[in-house]
Amino acid sequence: MAARLWQVLTDPLVRQNPVTLQILGICSALAVTTALDTALTMAVSLTVVVVLAAGIVSAIRRFIPSTIRLIVQIIVVASLVIVIDQVLQAYFFEISKRLSVFVSLITTNCLVLGRTESFARNNPPLPSMIDALGNGLGYSLVLIVIGATRELFGAGSLMGVQILPTVDQGGWFTPLGLMLLAPSAFFLLGGLVWAIRSARPEQAEAAEHVAPAVAEAGR
Amino acid sequence: MADVLPLRLWRRFLALPLESRPKTLAVAFAVSAVCAALVTGATVILRPIQEANRAAETQLRLEALLSAIPGMEQIMAEAGGDVLSAVVVDLDAGRAADDVTPATIEAALGEAANWTALTPEQDVAMIGRRPDLAQVFLLRDAAGDIALVVLPVFGAGYNGTIRAMLALHGDMNTIAGVAVTDQSETPGLGARIEEPAWQAGFAGKRVADEAGRIRFAVASGPAAGPHEVDGITGATRTSNAITRIVRFWMGPDGYGPLIDAIRRGEF
Repeated sequence: MAARLWQVLTDPLVRQNPVTLQILGICSALAVTTALDTALTMAVSLTVVVVLAAGIVSAIRRFIPSTIRLIVQIIVVASLVIVIDQVLQAYFFEISKRLSVFVSLITTNCLVLGRTESFARNNPPLPSMIDALGNGLGYSLVLIVIGATRELFGAGSLMGVQILPTVDQGGWFTPLGLMLLAPSAFFLLGGLVWAIRSARPEQAEAAEHVAPAVAEAGR
Repeated sequence: MADVLPLRLWRRFLALPLESRPKTLAVAFAVSAVCAALVTGATVILRPIQEANRAAETQLRLEALLSAIPGMEQIMAEAGGDVLSAVVVDLDAGRAADDVTPATIEAALGEAANWTALTPEQDVAMIGRRPDLAQVFLLRDAAGDIALVVLPVFGAGYNGTIRAMLALHGDMNTIAGVAVTDQSETPGLGARIEEPAWQAGFAGKRVADEAGRIRFAVASGPAAGPHEVDGITGATRTSNAITRIVRFWMGPDGYGPLIDAIRRGEF
């Protein structure tokens, strides 16, 4: 039992990572990763929401009529998100200002609904919450990697502490402005997906189409 | 006793299959009620802390703005070391509002009657409607004349509303400093309006020329002349937004009447 739970927890970290394998929840993964501290806050918020949502949905799973199951799940998730947002605004005001609308958008993060719909609805609360925690941590891992890379190369700092002295401050490092813009997150995420699938070829998807062979005219 | 009608109905209800219509409705209602209670509770309990956060934030920006103004210590010393006094002004009349105090302005601005819709020609800052009341901060020197005014301004930026506080010297034309209190511009480009290095460029700039025409602008490039502030490379839209915001609020539909009143010494 313990071994199975351990597998449920660790599988989503790399092998079944929700972001890099299933490409779920990338909207927020791209939007909040300009700095490591916002990425961390977002990662913690999403992990808390997904764990609590999985726990609640799993606890009431026998009472959810299947006709309205998605609505019930969304209501549970949305309420949790509003509560988390309010808590952030009250106790982490600075960071909540920078995360702005993206905390509210956890509601529409397909990662959360994906876990409640595909796992929590059919499993008891404990495995559901462990599965959700694993997926939250997998998401967090990706956010931290991308957030750290973007902040380090975009601003020369990590968690706001200057690591590479920038030219503005008399150092040698010219910040890469592109790193702070949304496209760089796509590049980094794409690179990450490529790296993971190269190291673990079993993750690569089979080609859906094969390019037809072409013959040049006149031959 | 067990045969009472409501109890019997309840038993029949419990015996219904989960997918039946009454039970579906009941589950939907129960989930909504619990979630509504949760959300309402969190909002109500945490609101005082959030409001305190916002007030502290504004105060902090105000203090940072004041400490960044060149020669501020001297002005403060001349004023007897006193702090700023907050006054709610009526923008159209250009004088202190009669029955609204800094404590009640939030409630007053919640009423639509205290806002004026702007025509597209008037609406330089692209805000749609303008509050009729604003909380400004005044600093008087030893003679009782106004040495410094801090005016809150806002307008549409590239990604969202930009809010700032603009400090004017007693001549109501020379900018003493600026502080951006709220913005959601592009990080690394437009968001650089938050950098003190850029904001320092405002000090000493003049809003209008001798003829009284408003000339202030964020330049597209390095500043030229006494009315211009350096532009931000790669953030033309944000730079233009700042130009429009300052021009609107210094103009006749913004603080114009107040500025005239202060110049006439009526304040």
